[in-house]
Amino acid sequence: MPKSSNGPELSKGPKLIRNGELIENPWTVLDKDFSGEIGTDFVLVPKVYWLEQAESLVSKTNIGVWLDSDEGPEELAPYLDKLATIAINFPKFADGRGYSYARLLRDRYAFKGEILAFGDILHDQLFYLKRCGFNAFVIREDKDAEVAMAGLNDFSNSYQAASDQPQPMFRRRAR
Amino acid sequence: MYKYDEYDTQIVSERVKQFRGQTERFFNGTLSGDEFLPLRLQNGLYVQRLAPMLRMAVPYGMLSSTQLRKLASLSRDYDKGYAHFTTRQNVQFNWPDMKDVPEILEQLSSVEMHSIQTSGNCIRNTTTDQFSGAISNEVVDPRPYCEIIRQWSTFHPEFAYLPRKFKIALNACPDADRAAILVHDIGIEIIRNEAGELGFKVFVGGGLGRTPVIGSEIRSFLPEKDLLTYLEAILRIYNRFGRRDNKFKARIKILVRALTPSKFAAMVEEEWQHLKDSDTKLTDAEIQRVKGFFTEPDYAMREHNPAVFNTARSENKAFDNWVKRNINTHKKPGYAIVTLTLKKTGVPTGDVSAKNLELIADMADQYSFGEVRVTHNQNIVLADVPQEQLFEVWQKAKAAGFATPNLGMLTDIICCPGGDYCGLANAKSIPVAEQIQVKFDDLDYLYDLGKIELNISGCMNACGHHHVGNIGILGVDKRGDEFYQVSLGGSSGRDASLGKILGPSFARSEMADVVEKIIAVYLEQRTEEELFIDTCRRIGIEPFKERVYAKVK
Repeated sequence: MPKSSNGPELSKGPKLIRNGELIENPWTVLDKDFSGEIGTDFVLVPKVYWLEQAESLVSKTNIGVWLDSDEGPEELAPYLDKLATIAINFPKFADGRGYSYARLLRDRYAFKGEILAFGDILHDQLFYLKRCGFNAFVIREDKDAEVAMAGLNDFSNSYQAASDQPQPMFRRRAR
Repeated sequence: MYKYDEYDTQIVSERVKQFRGQTERFFNGTLSGDEFLPLRLQNGLYVQRLAPMLRMAVPYGMLSSTQLRKLASLSRDYDKGYAHFTTRQNVQFNWPDMKDVPEILEQLSSVEMHSIQTSGNCIRNTTTDQFSGAISNEVVDPRPYCEIIRQWSTFHPEFAYLPRKFKIALNACPDADRAAILVHDIGIEIIRNEAGELGFKVFVGGGLGRTPVIGSEIRSFLPEKDLLTYLEAILRIYNRFGRRDNKFKARIKILVRALTPSKFAAMVEEEWQHLKDSDTKLTDAEIQRVKGFFTEPDYAMREHNPAVFNTARSENKAFDNWVKRNINTHKKPGYAIVTLTLKKTGVPTGDVSAKNLELIADMADQYSFGEVRVTHNQNIVLADVPQEQLFEVWQKAKAAGFATPNLGMLTDIICCPGGDYCGLANAKSIPVAEQIQVKFDDLDYLYDLGKIELNISGCMNACGHHHVGNIGILGVDKRGDEFYQVSLGGSSGRDASLGKILGPSFARSEMADVVEKIIAVYLEQRTEEELFIDTCRRIGIEPFKERVYAKVK
């Protein structure tokens, strides 16, 4: 996995959790200031690159876009039916902006593709991430992804509506 | 009082299990200290100067006698035999062992208590008027709305990692605000519109801390069922656009100020258009269901001001004083709202021993339908006491030291734990409170002074709410020594205002004398009807300044 000096790190290796299963991670993340040509590998391109070259990129397969934590998803709206994967970076555990981006993609823009969380992703965020519409997760490299997966199911029910359950508990409670 | 159903029970017990796992991973080294930090904070576990501190949630201040007894036994088994009530109606243990916390949580869950979101950058305990449901002039009992917000905010997946902590308070009294809603991140006032429909006036961006701000109104009337969708819109705007580069500029007040309240309101409104018709919109059925937990207790028909009560008052001046100061008028004839003051000189503000927790539980069972409320002034309320039993209640309270009739007086001090306990404090606050309480121990003199709020914080994080004290005292560090800055003219009620700093700070030993000089100016200048805050506002800060900083001849 190529590591960039100024971009986020996403490791290639057996550490992608997709729809609750552990699989090979196919993705390479291109730096935020990437400007060259892309090959045939599975790549996640930065949002700016996508917006500049969308016309030539929409026809490609093996491509996704990644949003940094300070980049909202609104400008991707015109391309959502062409995109299979949108990845969202969590530069720090405590930076919670990505949760709102995923909810907007799912609830407002009805994005049906994959939303992938990467960066400082650990066991304990997975339940919340899943509720906000993420369905793929790259666990931080130094952690055991297999163990972390348990975090997807920390709770069996929730009070409030979210992207995984549009009905809040008060509409579901047995009366 | 709200009772858990199978869903609440399940969620809380899954939390205990989750936290037990996190604690195990921390101790076996698979979770680093830095990684554990935000997780334990979201469960109310701090590491303080001397020991960990566990803050437990008391939703909108309501506690049953069963819960009080559990707190008492836990404080004996896992702490030093006392608990501390906070300015946000919660309760803390100051000396638990970190390894014991999962077990404490397990035991708390058996009495429907937890420590979820009592700390960390998430939505905290929703607070309200401690007299809710018992006072006569409220628009409606605010507690069902607090409970609705509690459930919505508990483990809200989108708002667990906000830029900073987030506090919501509700008030439903048109002529008082005991919940200090204007100094909260969101303040909600329950009102009726001209058509008589129930709804909310919404304020955002109030707060204390380093940058004290009075909240701005962003919506004059929000219909009842739109409560949660509108809150969700505010939180989403804050989560996305609140500053994350500087911890001291991360509260919503900074965002609201930077954008201006009207721009912020417009952004919320725009976001809300997408959310207002979602399934999160409240239903009549849900509002009625939750209201069903806050029905009136089984009040008896009672004579108002019965002879036995009147006689006791006329025969016992001390009892009469207590009735005048520490009793509020109840909506039901023959009942009274009793405030037990936890401000006895020599006892740190808000601290209650296990024995006294049990005593309060017994009193609640015997006189007040088995429930108490914690106040943001760190006192305890028995909300439904028959007037004819007040004399008995007073005698018991007096024997335990809970009947100092100083409610709302100069010595009813709000005070943070300060440098004696807290790792953040610049200075001790408890000894300052004590010094002032010792100096002003003449009750008749205090009554003559009338209502004066004196608040003390040990640092600029302002846990003691010094900005909104009529007299505010802030501990500051001056080249390693503890000094105290004084401000005047703050208020947390409906007419909320922030105090103005008097001038250079003082040594601890001078504090009681400084307060005495301030009081002297008030006594000389006041008109017959004026409270301290009124005089302060009329004459301004100068006369006080001149007196306090006058050169000694």
